[in-house]
Amino acid sequence: MAVPARTLINVPPKAKRGDVILIRTLISHVMENGFRVDNMGKPIPRNIITSMVCTYNGEEIFNATLHPAISANPFITFHTVATESGTIAFKWTGDNGFEAEASASISVE
Amino acid sequence: MNLPGVLYVLMLGAATLAVSALVGARAEIPLDQRRSSYEDMSRDTRAMQDDDMSNPAMLAVLDGEALWNAKGGASGKSCADCHGDARSSMKGVAARYPAFDEPTGVPVDLEQRINLSRERDQKAAPFRYESAELLALTAYIALQSRGQPIDPPKDARLEPFRERGRVSFNQRIGQLNLSCAQCHDDNWGKSLAGNIIPQAHPTGYPIYRLEWQSLGSLQRRLRNCMTGVRAEPYALGALEYVELELFLMWRARGMALESPGVRP
Repeated sequence: MAVPARTLINVPPKAKRGDVILIRTLISHVMENGFRVDNMGKPIPRNIITSMVCTYNGEEIFNATLHPAISANPFITFHTVATESGTIAFKWTGDNGFEAEASASISVE
Repeated sequence: MNLPGVLYVLMLGAATLAVSALVGARAEIPLDQRRSSYEDMSRDTRAMQDDDMSNPAMLAVLDGEALWNAKGGASGKSCADCHGDARSSMKGVAARYPAFDEPTGVPVDLEQRINLSRERDQKAAPFRYESAELLALTAYIALQSRGQPIDPPKDARLEPFRERGRVSFNQRIGQLNLSCAQCHDDNWGKSLAGNIIPQAHPTGYPIYRLEWQSLGSLQRRLRNCMTGVRAEPYALGALEYVELELFLMWRARGMALESPGVRP
């Protein structure tokens, strides 16, 4: 579909300082692994997300490198410590110039 | 036929009887014994469906919502221009399909209904079967009926079609010479190549199937079983599928819709 990638992210809107919080992300992507062939036997070129980076108020707190064996629509989840109010931003990049961004705000008391 | 021949046929008949007794044909599943294949899934796959944050079909639902509100076709109208907010106008709709379409005189399923509305009202080109757009819009509409009981329309015009669906369900097909009923009525709950045979209730369509790595319709799932028994599947959109869908929805009447479901 000629629409940009869809993302679903889940960041707790509120947390106490020092709390361990769970962050969950889901992004639409075919994750074509490059090893398959089409009906005519022609190889289907690889088309995957290769990296995902998460920043907390501009500082990188998590990154992941993705490989061809990862299933379509990768679901990535991790924990972090709530340190200050602000924005948690996510950026995915991949083959064929793929780029997607999403962000959520968190208020820390 | 000579005597040994007759004896042979009799013995074969007796053996077949013995086998069918062993398999224990259970015929139609009593209403209170029906269960969604959701219950046979692993805890992880169930968790994936339960949480909208981890159900990949919800990504398609976002696309579907955008399509619902997108103006298109020669009419320049969107679905929302006529139907308003899908959250109220489409509530319960998916639980009632397939339904009878008067102009064509045949039943249509939800995907076909969307495409008919695109052609007749929106004056737009229909979406291709199993296209991301059609699945997304169907998932968005079906989501509005989540939790509602399947409620096939009490429309006498549907009866002959539903009856034909019942016949296909019980008809042996393919090189394996199996009917749907032999697995899904008679042997549900047992194992087939390491998988539990489900009762085949269409409670979660369109489903995100992990094996497919994508969303797919009930027709795609039916094709899947047909190629499984080595029968030639009908073309997508064939009336035969809609008849089967009619029968399957009637067979699952009263069960809660889970759309969009996740299946292994």
